[in-house]
Amino acid sequence: MSAGVVQVSGELIANRKVGAYHHLTLVAPGVAELAHPGQFVAVAVGGPTSAHLLRRCFSIHKVKPSGTFGGTVDVVVAAHGPGTQWLTGLRPHDPVDVVGPLGRPFPLPADPVACVLVGGGYGSAPLFWLAQELRARGCHTEMVLGAASEDRLFGVVEARRAADGVTVTTDDGSAGRRGWVSDVLGEVVDRTSAGVVYACGPMGMLRSVTEVAAGHGAVAQVAVEESMACGVGVCMTCVMPVTGNDGVTRMVRSCVEGPVFRGDRVRWDAFEDGIGRVPDDAVGAPRAGGH
Amino acid sequence: MVDMSTTLAGTTLPNPVMTASGCAANGKELHRFFPVSELGAFVTKTVMRDPRSGRGTPRMAETASGMLNSIGLQGPGIDAFAAEDLPWLDSVGARALVSIAGNTAEEFGEVAERLADSPAFASVVGVEVNISCPNVANRGLVFACDAVSSERVVSIVRERLPGTPIFAKLTPDVTDIVSIAAAALAAGADGLTMINTLLGMVIDTDRLRPQLAGVTGGLSGPAVRPVAVRALFQVTAAMRTGMLPSAPLIGVGGVRSGRDALELVAAGASAVQVGTATFNDPAAPRRVLDELEAEVARHGIGRFADVVGIAHERMPPT
Repeated sequence: MSAGVVQVSGELIANRKVGAYHHLTLVAPGVAELAHPGQFVAVAVGGPTSAHLLRRCFSIHKVKPSGTFGGTVDVVVAAHGPGTQWLTGLRPHDPVDVVGPLGRPFPLPADPVACVLVGGGYGSAPLFWLAQELRARGCHTEMVLGAASEDRLFGVVEARRAADGVTVTTDDGSAGRRGWVSDVLGEVVDRTSAGVVYACGPMGMLRSVTEVAAGHGAVAQVAVEESMACGVGVCMTCVMPVTGNDGVTRMVRSCVEGPVFRGDRVRWDAFEDGIGRVPDDAVGAPRAGGH
Repeated sequence: MVDMSTTLAGTTLPNPVMTASGCAANGKELHRFFPVSELGAFVTKTVMRDPRSGRGTPRMAETASGMLNSIGLQGPGIDAFAAEDLPWLDSVGARALVSIAGNTAEEFGEVAERLADSPAFASVVGVEVNISCPNVANRGLVFACDAVSSERVVSIVRERLPGTPIFAKLTPDVTDIVSIAAAALAAGADGLTMINTLLGMVIDTDRLRPQLAGVTGGLSGPAVRPVAVRALFQVTAAMRTGMLPSAPLIGVGGVRSGRDALELVAAGASAVQVGTATFNDPAAPRRVLDELEAEVARHGIGRFADVVGIAHERMPPT
């Protein structure tokens, strides 16, 4: 568990609409200095007497350790519920309570191997920052961005700056190639001889990315989006079945042991129709009759 | 300056604020936000005999001023807890109130016995007997729904832990909580913790099916605070009229601020646990301690102990 985490009373300083999403900049002194790509922040919503108690967790899009306002953290938000609607309704200088950085970052390769970064929808948010770090290490870095439609893509322009090559897919063909990221990923991995595929997005996409990466000789590192109540490791709601180095599957907290996992360690067979089952061979799995 | 110390079954704690079981893991996570030794006691996540995966996901649903959880008592098992988690709490100077459970009354006893063998048992200021977790497949296993079962579990734990204060944690999901309290105290509990979560359910209106993988879950958060206040008040009233033997109560349910904590205290709680609020604010237990002290001072009272149950002396005229 990373010890480098702070809770700060920050404030929003910018709120921009980007396609179907909102791009927020928060002043959160201390968070930026500690953060690495793949980590996330947990933000309280609705103010101190809010009826919505659970923190909303967002992958960190970028950080600026020192600026006019002190360290800032950027996140990308889809306003699909009351908490995220409150957040995207904030105006500059409104207070926001931020806890972060949380979770384990994307592991970076020791050698300058080629990498492919795959983002589904606004799951791409942490990948631009990651791309810069990888390129600084001499890794040839390409991005594959996919979404249902053009307005749900995030960061295509930024991707062209951050990466050595960009491939875009949409389900409806409104931008880039019609289809899914997994349809084009194999070609990109082969063409670049990539050793690592990093991905962030919905579970179904992460599973396909893991399979395609394995089929083309690359390791997948995936950042999952499990729903969390606390983000700091105390509530036990964000668990998922992951196989450890010892070959044993455990229900692990995606907030502290993730959100980044090696794709081939995640028990994708346990996920179906919005339910994450406990595999029968997991440590302490329920016997007949359930827990 | 308020004297915030409180005495629970012969053990004096420097202050009355605790974490709540299942809302603070086993300490390391919150220790990043404040020293857990500053709390009156740290209440650990319920530990059972064997390692346990808990239930599938979704395990939680947000509700108005609260949430449902359906964790299913995930945990490492008592041996790992006694060898690793408890020694860590001891190493940082925390006072541990250890929550235990079992599938059977005998299993509660086994957990208690193995806990007593921990090299760090000296850090244990008490054991909370969780006879009221609603997230078990067989509702018949919610021992606290039945006086006879409550009595059997508490007796076994009492026998295995002579000399350790034990607190039975009760559910408000019963017709008469006073009769369950009576059974637990008669079986040897030194005190009671009230309340556990209330059994609840949420429907996912997109899928038109139960939102939780475990179907039902435990409701917690500020939404349940009035239920906790009521339960504490009823049991305290029964003690004051002599229907129940006097015993310390630990209040838990919906505490988010010092003022919330004061409600539970005035109703009869000698200590207060902060649970779901921790998910909103990881420093909540520590903050509530400061706020509670300020609340007691605001009333011009110099000793926390003098506020315990004070509402019983200030009843509206009938």
